[in-house]
Amino acid sequence: MIVTNVENIPGKAIVEHYGIVQGSTVRAKHIGRDFMAGLKNLVGGELKGYTELLSEAREEALRRMIEQARQMGANAVVNVRFATSSVAQGAAELFAYGTAVRVE
Amino acid sequence: MSEFLLQNLNFILPFFLLILGYSAGSIAEKRHYRSIERREQKFLALPAVTLKDVQDNEKTSGQLVIGNAVISIDYFKRALAILRNIFGGRVASYESLVDRARREAILRMKEEAAKAGAHIIVNMRIETSAIGQSANRKKQIGSVEAIAYGTALIKQA
Repeated sequence: MIVTNVENIPGKAIVEHYGIVQGSTVRAKHIGRDFMAGLKNLVGGELKGYTELLSEAREEALRRMIEQARQMGANAVVNVRFATSSVAQGAAELFAYGTAVRVE
Repeated sequence: MSEFLLQNLNFILPFFLLILGYSAGSIAEKRHYRSIERREQKFLALPAVTLKDVQDNEKTSGQLVIGNAVISIDYFKRALAILRNIFGGRVASYESLVDRARREAILRMKEEAAKAGAHIIVNMRIETSAIGQSANRKKQIGSVEAIAYGTALIKQA
């Protein structure tokens, strides 16, 4: 499965469009990590726990989007976009969407 | 002495945290900027552009690359920003926060692209979001996440 965020797949021609595919996940970090982040907040700097959490969650969202595209019979997803929203304290929703296509 | 400290804890603690935040925060920020500048030099040969198409006659393949970073602000700068809220104007302490997060995210995206053997990243997009602030206003985390993503172009042999 080829995934890009441009309108085409470089070096290949799109032969069929299948429409939009999407994947999302809502994640929260456990209380220990939240506590550590609270401490890190005093001195500033990178919150590694949250960075990891969000990149794992984003991969999961991408995987779900790709799975949906596969079910449609697509072999590539173009024009992928990401969106993030925090739905509750300490939890974040990661959302990925794109257009499923078949390329040759 | 210890009794005096205990009695005035609610004055002394924030003061102590201010000093801690200022010293540790500024050291961490300087070190981070040095590291960012060093790695930006390293990746000069791998540009990331916001264009969708580059004039390229060679045969290439594309791949999505992502980089993200969550950076938090320190206690001192947060206090400074609250004061700034009264008078208005430039909040310099938050400017460096988002700047660091974005540049770090771009660098991580470039690292991923370099691993895949790319020579350029096209259609790069950056998004920023505040983490852990929405539901409970009282306990603000005060950190931002920056995510950079784009399509890495890889030359085909």
